[in-house]
Amino acid sequence: MPIIYSLLAGIMFGAGLTLSDMVNPARVLNFLDVAGDWDPTLVFVMAGSLAVALPGYRLVFRRGAPLIGGKFSLPAKRPLDLPLVGGAAVFGVGWGLAGICPGPALTDIATLEPKVLLFIAAMLIGMVLANSWRARLSATRELRAQS
Amino acid sequence: MTSFAPLSGFIGGALIGLSAVFLMLTIGRIAGVSSIVRTAVIPGEPSGRSWRLAFVAGLPLGAILTTAVGLKDWSSVGFAASLPIMVIAGFIAGVGSTIGSGCTSGHAICGLARFSPRSIIATAIFITTAMATVFLTRHLA
Repeated sequence: MPIIYSLLAGIMFGAGLTLSDMVNPARVLNFLDVAGDWDPTLVFVMAGSLAVALPGYRLVFRRGAPLIGGKFSLPAKRPLDLPLVGGAAVFGVGWGLAGICPGPALTDIATLEPKVLLFIAAMLIGMVLANSWRARLSATRELRAQS
Repeated sequence: MTSFAPLSGFIGGALIGLSAVFLMLTIGRIAGVSSIVRTAVIPGEPSGRSWRLAFVAGLPLGAILTTAVGLKDWSSVGFAASLPIMVIAGFIAGVGSTIGSGCTSGHAICGLARFSPRSIIATAIFITTAMATVFLTRHLA
């Protein structure tokens, strides 16, 4: 059952990215290009998603639990830290270089564009490497805390 | 050239928001694409892989369905960056979203909708560095 729900959510998400043309790197780059021929469409995409997600999340959280799985899986509340700030800064550079972020990249698999498939392959390698760096870093921290 | 499209942008955005709310309502999960795909590749929990792979498979299916019902014209869709830049950009986006705990969907949609202070800061930072990157590559290089 979770598979059916998440497949439906993925389809809706991909359809939304397609309808809003966020699958088009040219449009995303034109939004990011404030000094050029600026295309503010992305602002309206954000507005549309928040117009639904803000009240929608509020209603869902009022239920106290999801339909299946027992409880909501939310990120632990953590203070601002260097990985968040640095990671976000690095992520933005990748986004700005190609005009593609992970959601649109995966949705663009539908185009079978070789550039997108290579973007995804490189992204997965980056994720696996960064994940092992992160694990090693937290292991070192724990060792330091014990000594 | 892309022409400003506020209406289809807003409607598409609303569908993205609906997807995020639906995923939270049904299985209690955040619709953060980078975290979903990363944990599908590197499982952190025993039962966590199948729903994530299903979500990822749904993304291109959504594009295909939208096109099949005649709501998408792909003629203006352009991949301007060269192949080597694509590979570098993908790698950087993968590293950054992993270290920074999320990407555009997780921070700028789900995080903002939950008023998460970390996501608000992350969104402000990645939009700024992305704009700076485009400025450098388009206007200074």
